[in-house]
Amino acid sequence: MSGRPAKKQYWNEPELGLWERLYIFEIVRGLSITGGVFFRNMWKWVTGRKGALTAYYPEEVRADYSPNNRGRHVLTQRPDGKVQCVACNMCATACPAYCIEIEAAIDPTDGAHPKSPARFEIDYSRCIFCGFCVEACPEDAIRMVKDTPDLPGFDRDVMWGRKDLLMLWHPLADPRKRYPPAPEPTTEVREP
Amino acid sequence: MMPDLLVHGLYIAYVLGFLLGLATIFTWVERKQSAVMADRIGANRAYLRIPFTQVKLVWWGLFHGIADGLKMIFKENFTPATYDRFCYNLAPWLASVPVLLVFAVVPFGGEVTPGRFFEPGSAAAEFFGDRSWRMQIAALDAGILFVLAISGVGILGTMLAGWSSNNKFSMLGAARAASQMISYEVAMGLALIAVVVTYGTVDLNDMVLWQQQAAWGILVQPVAFLLFLTASIAENKRIPFDLPECESELISGYFTEYTSMKMGLFLLSEFIEIVVISALVVTLFLGGYTLPFLRPEGFVLPGGATWELSHFAVVVLQVLTFTAKVFVVGCFQIGIRWTLPRFRYDQLMDLGWKFLLPLAALNLVVTAVVRWWTL
Repeated sequence: MSGRPAKKQYWNEPELGLWERLYIFEIVRGLSITGGVFFRNMWKWVTGRKGALTAYYPEEVRADYSPNNRGRHVLTQRPDGKVQCVACNMCATACPAYCIEIEAAIDPTDGAHPKSPARFEIDYSRCIFCGFCVEACPEDAIRMVKDTPDLPGFDRDVMWGRKDLLMLWHPLADPRKRYPPAPEPTTEVREP
Repeated sequence: MMPDLLVHGLYIAYVLGFLLGLATIFTWVERKQSAVMADRIGANRAYLRIPFTQVKLVWWGLFHGIADGLKMIFKENFTPATYDRFCYNLAPWLASVPVLLVFAVVPFGGEVTPGRFFEPGSAAAEFFGDRSWRMQIAALDAGILFVLAISGVGILGTMLAGWSSNNKFSMLGAARAASQMISYEVAMGLALIAVVVTYGTVDLNDMVLWQQQAAWGILVQPVAFLLFLTASIAENKRIPFDLPECESELISGYFTEYTSMKMGLFLLSEFIEIVVISALVVTLFLGGYTLPFLRPEGFVLPGGATWELSHFAVVVLQVLTFTAKVFVVGCFQIGIRWTLPRFRYDQLMDLGWKFLLPLAALNLVVTAVVRWWTL
């Protein structure tokens, strides 16, 4: 029993002068730093500017998103406004998160594309935004755009991206990817 | 008799509303101020929807406090499998009631003569007569002693909570809380004795009047102000002194095993204590409800110019002054909480016993000597 054990020395032992050891002045310095930030930001808020670095999530798209950001799915459309998807289920097969659900419908009057999705849903609570569905699609019917899905809400229903929400894309708004040419009209009409 | 009952009933209702309302607002201030200090936006999603419309009132997240309270009230009251039923249920009350009681002796306004609010000769003026009341629930002579005595009871609630939960984390938190609060109570008491020596009274209202006559306590007793503020933040167990609750080691310290509104009482009493500490600091060191040059008859400027105010206006001005000062000091406390890192436990004890206590004793000696020579 030789009293207190020797105090361990650390390589980054802080060297405090008398001024720091008195503590109170360092408290005042710290308070003036945080207070300065507070009043600077508060002045911005009061004068109608934004005094924060963070973004309002669904309302505001962050300025530093890449133009290639894959944030939200869209379903492309034909010139007559119908969905381009033929409900082949290849995106749902390729999806590693199993988050795409498609229910097919048939339109016998449209000979070129008799099959279309009656229900096309993406579960955004599972989606990992990998883009495999875009690559798997043979019809260029699903693409990803820069903005983000509007996820926050009060029940899980809002986490489903439904067909009408996914069809907000307009072809003219995406000049980098040309719109596919209109298909040749066919005269043959098959009966179901 | 009847006027007494009415006036004091109004005082109690006002003080309860003042404490609970300001405590709820401080939960919002804590969120928003810390957010603005850290370049963030802060909680802004809770809203009140006006019934039958889609108009949602967000008001900068002011309703998050209501959402918190509702959540606390409607949560399941889960209790540990083995616990001391009586002490477990008593502890939240022992922790929160003394905090409310301390405010009973704090004057939140000057003398009020309700008879002068009404037309002379009217029934209400006859009812109140010429009597005047101090705006203080209990106009005790022993004000500051009452504050020290009652705030000491709060330790019991903390200790009982930790002990009766039958949980090692709670026990550790309670042991830390007990030693910390007792240590800092000593320094706080000594700092207050210096204040009492300066003012020559233990009555809080007389202290305010002394400060109105001479100078604010923070100018006369700056060291006691710092000591009292430090010790009271330590009493309140908030960062940088939140060792009893430190989340990273003790889960939630002495109230780990508490759920629903019982935990809500502990959390609410912490915010009420911010208000009470601010009120005490304002009363003892920042001139209480008084404004410079505000006299019972109106503003009397040193040049001889006067601005006559009605009695009602003066009373309202005093109450508003007190509220504004309390709010500013509370915001300052929250600023401290979001600026300083936490102490280690041995540093906490060192600060309490080896720094604050000798400093308080020295301050007392110097004050006594100066008082002896100037008396």
